[in-house]
Amino acid sequence: MNTPAPRLTTSAMIASIAEEGQATRKAPFGQALADLADGRTDIVGLSADLAKYTDMHIFRDRHPDRFFQMGMAEQVLLGAAAGMAEEGLVPFASTYSVFATRRAYDFLALDIAEPNLNVNIVGALPGLTTGYGPSHQATEDIAILRGIPGLVIIDPCDAVDIEQAVPAMVAHPGPTYLRLLRGAVPVVLDEYDYTFEMGKAKLLRDGGDVLFISSGLMTMRALEAARRLEADRINVAVLHSPTIKPLDLATIATEVAKGRPVVVLENHSIVGGLTEAIASGLALRKTPVPLHSISLPDAFLDAGALPTLHDRYGLSVTKVMERVKGILA
Amino acid sequence: MGILSEPSQNATTDLLQLTSVSDELEAEIRQVATRIRRRVLKMGEVQGQGYVGQGLGFADALAVVYGYAARSRTGQPEWDGRDRVLLSIGHYAIALYAALAEVGYVAEDDLETYGMDDSRLPMSGMASYTPGMEISGGSLGHGLGIGVGIGLAFRTQRKDNRIFALVSDGELNEGSTWEAAAAAAHHRLGNLVAVVDMNGLQADGPTRDVLGMGPVDAKWRAFGWDVHHVDGNNIRALLEAFSALPAADSDRPTVILCDTVVGKGVPFLESRERNHFMRIDQHEWALANIALAEGSQV
Repeated sequence: MNTPAPRLTTSAMIASIAEEGQATRKAPFGQALADLADGRTDIVGLSADLAKYTDMHIFRDRHPDRFFQMGMAEQVLLGAAAGMAEEGLVPFASTYSVFATRRAYDFLALDIAEPNLNVNIVGALPGLTTGYGPSHQATEDIAILRGIPGLVIIDPCDAVDIEQAVPAMVAHPGPTYLRLLRGAVPVVLDEYDYTFEMGKAKLLRDGGDVLFISSGLMTMRALEAARRLEADRINVAVLHSPTIKPLDLATIATEVAKGRPVVVLENHSIVGGLTEAIASGLALRKTPVPLHSISLPDAFLDAGALPTLHDRYGLSVTKVMERVKGILA
Repeated sequence: MGILSEPSQNATTDLLQLTSVSDELEAEIRQVATRIRRRVLKMGEVQGQGYVGQGLGFADALAVVYGYAARSRTGQPEWDGRDRVLLSIGHYAIALYAALAEVGYVAEDDLETYGMDDSRLPMSGMASYTPGMEISGGSLGHGLGIGVGIGLAFRTQRKDNRIFALVSDGELNEGSTWEAAAAAAHHRLGNLVAVVDMNGLQADGPTRDVLGMGPVDAKWRAFGWDVHHVDGNNIRALLEAFSALPAADSDRPTVILCDTVVGKGVPFLESRERNHFMRIDQHEWALANIALAEGSQV
């Protein structure tokens, strides 16, 4: 007699980075861009058949005459964005991070960055924020882009960060790349005395036992881990560095100099991301320090449900806490 | 508007259209082409090398673009009303500099510095170096896509400027060229004109051996473009094609496929073994200038 196969409990469709019951806002990027464009007729939007999936649809529906659907064609997406910026428009071009970086790199580097144009590239699914496997997981996007001269790289933590980053991207005369968090995006930083400033790292909380330096969604995890570690009488400082390039090494060096164990947390491969940027930056300032890194391995990652994968690769709050206790033991 | 097909089938259409180009205009543009060729040879001699063969071959098309088709103001490369001429083929810079001198963006004296350290005229075209060089080339397959963006910007800004994207048949190998071709047709960019140098030659050899793209006319047409295919070294044929361009606010992009001969205008270079990077011996520069002068008097 056949027994039915056990029902699988996880699904690759679980793709939210929000914790149970966490406050979220819908499509903060699309809302912020559409709001800003109400008063700025030079802002235009483009996407490569992923407007709906990069929250660009909010802009598209509010400003249909300023939205350009470029189809599944990332090279002309970025080339055309460059042409628009050459003529004084301020384009936001959205697709998934993997396609903007891996597939259209030459166009980003030569058409946009070399002439230092105000083109803003918005990449969804940065790092490990999808369970679809390596085709969709941009685990090395920062490594790819850090070598481009003059390109600002922003890794926002939450909806607050995104909403404040969008006007800063418009105001910045050169090119920017935003690691987009999309859909229902957690709201975290409103509880802190924080405003986004391009190129600045901000201390969100102080603590004498450990220093976290983090970016992106890992700042959210860092804050939650820090809060829970209070129960173990472990006091954690959290320095949020949403701008990966240019990196705020002055602030980082000041905090690092206080002598606490330093843990860098990033939603990116250990190769070429925030950890390496801090390590090389401090070494070149002749003030090298030992670093612990909570980051993704130098590997193509598994497919699966996001919570499972974050646990597997050490990005979950529980795993972060375990790691800290191990470091202090 | 008329869609021309392969040149061998065009004789009748071409003859019918001849009336719209005056002999005076043809003669004037022929002189522009000769001056461009003369400058190309001068720059080539300064460096003892360069993409002289391509420059000579494309001189007639450039003469028509800068001398007739593209709106410009002499000595004002930043004038907002200018049509944008995008050199997607960065290594054709030698020819573009020669044409930019025609509209006074580049001084004749500057040409002598071609390719030298700190010159405003680098071997491969770069926007930040040269007045009138609208984009940086070098990596092929970029110009048409940038042209799509400029075309969309002009329409958004309600401007009637045109974009002339100068591309090569080798660039038709690049997928990005066809992404741009599809986008231009989809977005109905009547303000975009692609001018393709069909010299049949690319870095590793003849285009038909490297990656044959024929039938090229049918490909563009299938992508939704109006197609002209002309003898790119025939000034009258070029003028006919460019004079038939639709208004910038029309709804179909146009491609002008120009069959050209590498080294055109200097017979002993035309007959030389065709090579992407043409070698010219020291003593040959003077002979080339003489040959060019003889040819242009006919």
